Amino acid sequence: MNHDRRDFLARSGKLLLLTGAAQVAFEAVLRGEPESAPNYRTTDHWWAMTIDVEKCIGCGNCVRACKEENDVPREPFFFRTWVERYHVPEGDIEHPEVDSPNGGYDGFPEKYRSGDGAKSFFVPKLCNQCAHSPCVQVCPVGATFESPDGVVLVDRTYCLGCRYCVQACPYGCRFIDPRTETVDKCSLCYHRITKGLTTACCETCPTEARVLGDLKNPKDPIHEFLRTHKVQVLKPQMATGSKTYYNGLDGSVR
Amino acid sequence: MESVLHAVEGYMYPNEMELQWSILIVLYPYITGLVAGAFILASLERVFRVESVKPTYRLALLTALAFLLVAPLPLQLHLGHPERSLEMYLTPHTSSAMAMFGFVYLWYLMVVLVLEIWLDYRPDIVRLARSSTGPLRHVYRLMTLGSYDLSEEALRVDDRLGYVITLVGIPSAFLLHGYVGFIFGSVKANPWWSTPLMPIVFLFSAVVSGIATVMLLYMVITRLRGREIDMRCVDTIARYLFYAFIIDFSLEMLDLVHRIYEADESFHTLDFMVKTRLYLPHIIVQIVLGTLVPLGLLALTQVVKLTEGARRGTYAVAGALTLVGIFAMRWNVVIGGQLFSKSFLGYTTYKMSFATREGLLPAILLMILPFVILWALVRLLPPWVDGKAEQAPAP
Repeated sequence: MNHDRRDFLARSGKLLLLTGAAQVAFEAVLRGEPESAPNYRTTDHWWAMTIDVEKCIGCGNCVRACKEENDVPREPFFFRTWVERYHVPEGDIEHPEVDSPNGGYDGFPEKYRSGDGAKSFFVPKLCNQCAHSPCVQVCPVGATFESPDGVVLVDRTYCLGCRYCVQACPYGCRFIDPRTETVDKCSLCYHRITKGLTTACCETCPTEARVLGDLKNPKDPIHEFLRTHKVQVLKPQMATGSKTYYNGLDGSVR
Repeated sequence: MESVLHAVEGYMYPNEMELQWSILIVLYPYITGLVAGAFILASLERVFRVESVKPTYRLALLTALAFLLVAPLPLQLHLGHPERSLEMYLTPHTSSAMAMFGFVYLWYLMVVLVLEIWLDYRPDIVRLARSSTGPLRHVYRLMTLGSYDLSEEALRVDDRLGYVITLVGIPSAFLLHGYVGFIFGSVKANPWWSTPLMPIVFLFSAVVSGIATVMLLYMVITRLRGREIDMRCVDTIARYLFYAFIIDFSLEMLDLVHRIYEADESFHTLDFMVKTRLYLPHIIVQIVLGTLVPLGLLALTQVVKLTEGARRGTYAVAGALTLVGIFAMRWNVVIGGQLFSKSFLGYTTYKMSFATREGLLPAILLMILPFVILWALVRLLPPWVDGKAEQAPAP
């Protein structure tokens, strides 16, 4: 009797906290198998992200939120996402001046003045969740892989720490976590998106410069965005099948 | 953090501040290169019947084995989780060039090298198993694998089989080192590495370094044993070293000229790197001291009639410089490929530590280890039984 009551309270508590569907999913997530959640089928999704360079104000919210949410080492030089500031002299797209102090974690101290004959803008960077990932290709044991829903993930219980994938990523998105000696990278907040939430970086972006999208969901606003904007991916010559689409990307960005 | 930032010039992606592959990864292609090169020298005698290099045949095989046994160690030391390295055999990822390593290595070690050495040494092993005393006797008995048949027919089969294995061994040696080049050459993200010439450049530099090593070892060991150096043998080896070096240098220059002429998006970055941070190891050590000088010295011995003593000295200097040059080449590929940002906007510096897992000290120890193993192997399996192997047969 007593046991039943406690059970009932725990269940209804969870039900109140989460909605019904999310609760079932949450149990699967807690087991470490988000893909087995009955309301999340990996084959039903194809994740992508849009980044509107025009909207990014370089506040660094995304960088801080990412480090917090994903337990990324706080010391500099380990980033799942970071923000770059570009300063491009007029017409000279081959020689931009770029900085990213502490990955943009603390925002950007004022450095340039308007009217200096150059343009400045911020470019958030993260794993491009490539559909033909060079990093996945080179992993000797398959510890990093592309999930059926289009996210490049790492099994850190399997990673040898050989660092070949770090070398293979053209975008500098991978690092070795000094605590585990295994590779780490943006997981597109897989633990969140499989529960119907958006990523930590998109959640905290004050200007909606970064938006997560599901290309397999016909109602997702990402379709509208891609239709109405002239988008580009980073280093298209690498032909990696990048799924991070930038609007307003300057030719100087690399 | 401050110290790292001081080493950085321009802009690097934040995750690029830390260099991923250290001096240990420089050693790895260097060591496998010596293996492949030494083996190819040995097969000159066996397959192509270059009788004059016979005195070095067995020494070359043992040298290859000694270095091959050490080859995986720098990789193991470098791995974040060496205890998981067996997964490369159990669950290899077939699209990974690196996953091939385990298989090519095992194939080469067990099927080619160990078998060829065993077949060649079998009569000696049987003789030693019968004549030696003490615990060594048991070692030799074990090494016979129960095969004591030394009849003419048995030896003929040994010889035939040995020949076939060498035939298989040559492409295997090419594969062993060619794929090491492919590991780097196939990384499209890195313009300093990404070239289809990489495997072939690695291969010929491997042949060059292996030949130089065996030549030097033969001269040093023969001296230490108080015997006469067979000049016909050393002259022939030096000639092959010269030829291989010309091919190697031509390929590297082809790569360089192609890069300069094509001048793609990465060119200015790499050009600046070679002229600044890589100037000493690349231009001075690799190209001038490690290639042009030994090539000049070797060319000299081909066109000018020198005394035996002068030739020996020239070969020794050329061989030593060659080994330095090839090491510099490995360094410039591995370390050089990580000194610039993939954004092409900045450069960093490699700061080598000393007594750490990936420092200079373990690197030095790893380079000494093959010679210790070789010493033990030479003790166990003397390459010159009764001075027989030292005498090249009359032409």
